[in-house]
Amino acid sequence: MQKIIVCLKRVVDYNVRIRVKPDGSGVVTEGLKMSINPFDEIALEEALRLREKGQAQEVVAVSIGPEDAQQQLRTALAMGADRAILVQTSAELEPLAAARILHQIVIREQPGLVLLGKQAIDDDCNQTGQMLAALWDRPQATFASKLELNGTVATVTREVDAGLEVIEVDLPAVVTSDLRLNEPRYVKLPDIMKAKKKTIDVVAIDSLGVDVAPVLRVTRYDTPPVRSKGGMVKTVDELVTALRDRGLLA
Amino acid sequence: MSRILIIGEHDGRQLNQSTARCVACAAAINSASIEIVVLGASSNDVASAAAALAGVTGVLTVRTAADSPALAAVLAPQIAALAAGYDYVLAPSTTFGKDLLPRVAALLGVPQLSDVMSVLGPRTFQRPIYAGNALVTIEVPTGIKVVATVRGASFKPVGTGAGAPIRPVELSAPLPTHTRFVELRSGKTDRPDLQTARLVVSGGRGVGSAENFALLYKLAERIGAAVGASRAAVDAGFVPNDMQVGQTGKIIAPELYMAFGISGAIQHLTGIKDAGTIVAVNKDGEAPIFEIADIGLVGDLFEIVPEIEKRLR
Repeated sequence: MQKIIVCLKRVVDYNVRIRVKPDGSGVVTEGLKMSINPFDEIALEEALRLREKGQAQEVVAVSIGPEDAQQQLRTALAMGADRAILVQTSAELEPLAAARILHQIVIREQPGLVLLGKQAIDDDCNQTGQMLAALWDRPQATFASKLELNGTVATVTREVDAGLEVIEVDLPAVVTSDLRLNEPRYVKLPDIMKAKKKTIDVVAIDSLGVDVAPVLRVTRYDTPPVRSKGGMVKTVDELVTALRDRGLLA
Repeated sequence: MSRILIIGEHDGRQLNQSTARCVACAAAINSASIEIVVLGASSNDVASAAAALAGVTGVLTVRTAADSPALAAVLAPQIAALAAGYDYVLAPSTTFGKDLLPRVAALLGVPQLSDVMSVLGPRTFQRPIYAGNALVTIEVPTGIKVVATVRGASFKPVGTGAGAPIRPVELSAPLPTHTRFVELRSGKTDRPDLQTARLVVSGGRGVGSAENFALLYKLAERIGAAVGASRAAVDAGFVPNDMQVGQTGKIIAPELYMAFGISGAIQHLTGIKDAGTIVAVNKDGEAPIFEIADIGLVGDLFEIVPEIEKRLR
């Protein structure tokens, strides 16, 4: 195929433990390390592997976010994406708004495949890929742990509650990645230098003519109740007795 | 008064328990009716089981050959057509519901709420973000259809009620043929289902190998428990993906969760924090799992697991 689009979200890094603001107005994100959403990074890796196997000509990384999201797109370019598009906005978008924007990019770029993570690790919504597929009126293969392209068809193994489900979808299609699809490569220094010559096309969100106004009202943020630490036992006897006392074991 | 539609999850023969948990969530919303739609079930047992759930006022059955096995792209246009008569569309936050409902919401042109964990008002809900490190309260404005997946571990399944009428419906939505089911590879066992089991025995990287998991299977068999695993154990190939417990695996709420050789990454803890009692056995006394365990035992699981099993014979 000619082109694969990979959608990347800039999120608080996986290793950072976030905190809720004391007044419940949000989550503290200022000054935290930001990264490509790990699931999206896996999606990008998969796209790069398909191109390296000769199954695609071009990999285009797309992000929606503030100017600083260019950092994550630079990382994507250093990993091997050919070019990048940033739809610039400082607003927090609902997944449906993100899907509407991505749909416009898809109409413009006409990819044979769209790859993105199954969820972003900030809002944990797990919606954007499915919504994009619906708006585009194309197949979706979510939670992918294996992806094979054969001409105009993709065979996707999906991690579902009951095990592994295999489906076949006509291309173009939207595929969302699960953790075991692959292990993303590390970026090497020369690649970072090379990436500086690649282009990031910045698109003003208003130029796309889509409704991105939030619909849901977020009223407050809370810190979840913590489970308190229990007691320690020294022996198996004590453990079994404690569980019997609680009526959990016969 | 408002009307609620729940998408019943099933495997063709049996209703999934996640549906009864959705009904519990629906019951917390002040509505005039709670209906369940069952699409593509080959057995009448599914609709009967749905009709028997307490609080359910009606069950709709849709019999289209294309609906079995369930594919989101095929089900979504039908549910979107059906949703016109409802104020709420709920589905379980299982891989079935997570795959399907965003597609429905997009067809309806409305946002979706994921993983509703509590109902604070008829249009106000709480859900987890950042792997459960924060909770957010969201209000759906009046006039917007509420489309939401329900986090099963947060709701106890409803019991049996008086029985609701079952009625077949015909839907005229055009169905796509671009998505085709090939196969389901399932590691079916005789052990209880992980998502609904009262007792769960679980292993992590510390178990060391697929062969060593036999120790946990033996203990599980002794006490009638399901067996789960951490992401590390699944990534290492010790066990199949359907055993993964945690943020990106299954979120469960058994009465007893026994973690062996699991260090307790935050993503794992997210999957078990609604468990009744958490037991942790780990040779590293500093493992984070001990911070949330109700009962901890520092030691070698290869000695401790067989000893527990022996004590329970």
